[in-house]
Amino acid sequence: MSYQIPSFRHPDLPVNDLGYTRADYEGSISTLCAGCGHDSISGSIVKAVHELSIAPHHIAKLSGIGCSSKAPTYFLGKSHGFNSVHGRMPSVVTGAAMANRDLLYLGVSGDGDTASIGMGQFAHAVRRNLNMVYIVMNNGCYGLTKGQDSATADEGSASKKGDPNPFSAIDLPGMALQLGATFVARSFSGDKEQLVPLIKAAISHHGFALIDVISPCVTFNNNPASTKSYEFVREHSEATGTVDFVPMKEEITTRYHAGSPHEVTMHDGSVIHLNKVDENLDPFDRGSAMMTLQRHRDAGQILTGLIYMDRDSRDLHDVLETSQRPLNTLGESDLCPGNKVLQTINASLR
Amino acid sequence: MLKPTDTANPEYFHKVVDCQYACPAHTPVPEYIRLIAAERYTDAYMVNWESNVFPGVLGRTCDRPCEPACRRGRIDEEPVAICRLKRVAADNKSSIADRLPPIPEKKNGKRIACIGAGPASLTVARDLMPLGYDIDIYDNQIAGGGMMRSQIPSFRLPLEVLDEEVNYILDMGVTTFFDVEVESLKAMLEKDYDAIFVGTGAPRGKLLKLPGLDEAGDAVHIGIDWLSNVAFDHTDKIGKRVLVLGGGNTAMDCCRTSKRLGGEDVRVVVRSPFADMKASPWEKEDAMHEGIPIYDNHVPKEFVIEDGKMTGMLFEKVEAQYDDNGKRSLVPTGEDPVFMEADDVLMAIGQENAFPWIERDVGVEFGEWDMPVVDRVTFQSTNEKVFFGGDAAFGPENVITAVAQGHQAAVSIDLLLRGESVTDRPSPLTNLLSQKMGVHEWSYDNAVESDERYVVPLAPLDKALSDRKLEVELGFDQSTGYKEAERCLNCDVQTVFEETRCIECDACVDICPTDCITFTANGEEAGLRSRLTGPANNLAQDLYVSEDLPTGRVMVKDEDVCLHCGLCAERCPTTAWDMQKFLYNVSKAGHAA
Repeated sequence: MSYQIPSFRHPDLPVNDLGYTRADYEGSISTLCAGCGHDSISGSIVKAVHELSIAPHHIAKLSGIGCSSKAPTYFLGKSHGFNSVHGRMPSVVTGAAMANRDLLYLGVSGDGDTASIGMGQFAHAVRRNLNMVYIVMNNGCYGLTKGQDSATADEGSASKKGDPNPFSAIDLPGMALQLGATFVARSFSGDKEQLVPLIKAAISHHGFALIDVISPCVTFNNNPASTKSYEFVREHSEATGTVDFVPMKEEITTRYHAGSPHEVTMHDGSVIHLNKVDENLDPFDRGSAMMTLQRHRDAGQILTGLIYMDRDSRDLHDVLETSQRPLNTLGESDLCPGNKVLQTINASLR
Repeated sequence: MLKPTDTANPEYFHKVVDCQYACPAHTPVPEYIRLIAAERYTDAYMVNWESNVFPGVLGRTCDRPCEPACRRGRIDEEPVAICRLKRVAADNKSSIADRLPPIPEKKNGKRIACIGAGPASLTVARDLMPLGYDIDIYDNQIAGGGMMRSQIPSFRLPLEVLDEEVNYILDMGVTTFFDVEVESLKAMLEKDYDAIFVGTGAPRGKLLKLPGLDEAGDAVHIGIDWLSNVAFDHTDKIGKRVLVLGGGNTAMDCCRTSKRLGGEDVRVVVRSPFADMKASPWEKEDAMHEGIPIYDNHVPKEFVIEDGKMTGMLFEKVEAQYDDNGKRSLVPTGEDPVFMEADDVLMAIGQENAFPWIERDVGVEFGEWDMPVVDRVTFQSTNEKVFFGGDAAFGPENVITAVAQGHQAAVSIDLLLRGESVTDRPSPLTNLLSQKMGVHEWSYDNAVESDERYVVPLAPLDKALSDRKLEVELGFDQSTGYKEAERCLNCDVQTVFEETRCIECDACVDICPTDCITFTANGEEAGLRSRLTGPANNLAQDLYVSEDLPTGRVMVKDEDVCLHCGLCAERCPTTAWDMQKFLYNVSKAGHAA
């Protein structure tokens, strides 16, 4: 068993705007099972963040408990990290984000951590539109405790040693739409071409961005009777369309249909192009997104890709009109503005 | 569309083992390096001996085509010190007497003559003696070894090392005719040998016929002849001021030997730029370490004679210019000629073949440059009984090439004398074996060490320069040898992909430290290379392409910078990847029987 990744990398690795190679965004060697979808999601996060040229120390990765929540150890080894209590990652992100709005908050959770023990926390992070990326590594089972069905296991799906699941599944994108989420997407760990641009778009989104990533558990839930196996997901997924992410700095050289309605300029100036979008879906209309999601579920299909985005999203900072600067940059003069200011405030209350 | 890689063709995995592929004799390098790391020095020595016959000699003097090819050199600053590891095996082995092949008491009745007792002829004898042939070796020197004895100085190759390895072969019962000049091939043919092998090397050193040469007289020497005279104790001193002309390894040996025989101001003067010199980089370094300056871009013009005695030489300064095709010309700079004082001049500007002793009516045809017409595969001449190998076959090369050619000539001679076709070459002997010991355990040390290349310690300079027989390089001790051996990437442990097991989970793609693996749509090679995970610009390295997978994609692995660390196989949930050791041995005479 190898406990270390060799120190050598490809000698011609591309560097990003900051002069870093992808290797600078890696973490420790994974201790997850061989073939775990979570490792591919880690790889996609590394690729997306490297290509966006985000400095590692400008990122905070936070997680709860579970196989998924171990994963942040395996990427972004030079970023801030917080491995919190089971299901309580959203609270910790809320505190951190309120204190320092300048960091990119990357929450990593699992189906148990989000849809069972952390359900309440998840719901409130969504409705407050916390400015974060929330990635669910969703394998439909509790891998860390030997593969019991989780709350996202589809009705009728059976894990390796299990009986068909008698309960209906919680659909996290559907629920997030109900709760007022401003960015909702679903993807598959085995499809980096789709997942990487979605992560980039989620990072650029101003507000809460959910990506529900189906991530097969090779050890307990990759059998023929499971609806979260590599084979089943590949056969039953239906993409809403493809997403191209164009960073702000890049001149747009790719040709798109003139006047395409599916082009969004993000808060940070980058542009997202949605191509070949399902004609029955308007990804900027919450009702259409919910209908399309339900229609695919009824047809036994897994809808992937960008499902909904609110182009006018206002995040928690906007709503609460918080300090524009991180709290740790506020000095004495900011915090104790003096007698004159006090007098002004007092006068305004008379 | 690229076709799926045919890994059943032994040449595919052979090429992945860069060092072994580059070696003319195709010595299984990683195999013996692992044995050194396991302190199995005698086993490591025998892997070498089977393949290259002179491990002790080559561990000191080989031209090491393996090292520039070494994969480590593409991911790290420097390649593995393969050559010096070979010496570690030779230095630390125990007796190999009980491992030498048995020589049949009863001979098969066929007689073979080897003309020249250098590495090529000795290899032929080594391969054919165990098969029951009677072999006579002729040489004009007083002992076997050829140029290894006469041209490689003792401070690089101690006599004991050479004698030991030459004697393993002569002691098989070879009949030697030393100090005998063979003057007629016709006379040899009349002795009714069943086959004759010509391994007479490239014995004639070139001489520059410049003005003043005649007057300079015996102050001018031909490099290889002078080295030979030193080796056989006919020469034991040289003037204080020595000019060595030439930029090859012979020039380096001449200058370093001069320094040990009384030369104080010894200089190497070469026409070409320093970087273009033919000498191996390490031989240039060794010469400069001994305080010998190298003057490049100096073209010799004439010997300066005063009062009938040579006082030095004049050189014209030039600079190299390259045309659009990269062809070099040396253009005079127009500066004044440079005068360098000298008591002796050694010419090491190349050597030639010479076959004055081969009559042109014995069926051996001669072609271009008055060289014999020799088949590049069988080493047979146009006289079916006469074979050539080593420098005698295609001009000056090196010891390891001579050995490789000797092996092939021995195969041919054996085939001929058994009445079979010499063009019917035996296939290589190969073996592909999984190294899996447990779920994540391999029977080879798959961790990749980050150590930089270790430097071989040298004898103190003053001591080395005062004794021409004192070996300069001390070799690695066992613990350094171990550490250097651990730098080897085990490129012979192949990444073998079984597409029917693959579930396309991407685990191998995600873990690979050097981005070798991609799952993508098949296509033309150039387009495919542009779509791979890591840059794939080294066209000399193959792409390993699978059959179509269930998603319609293929697995493509760029072999270029694979560390053979086994992580792809460790992270594969379905054992679609496996690490399998590929052994490739060139067939020797008798293997096909």
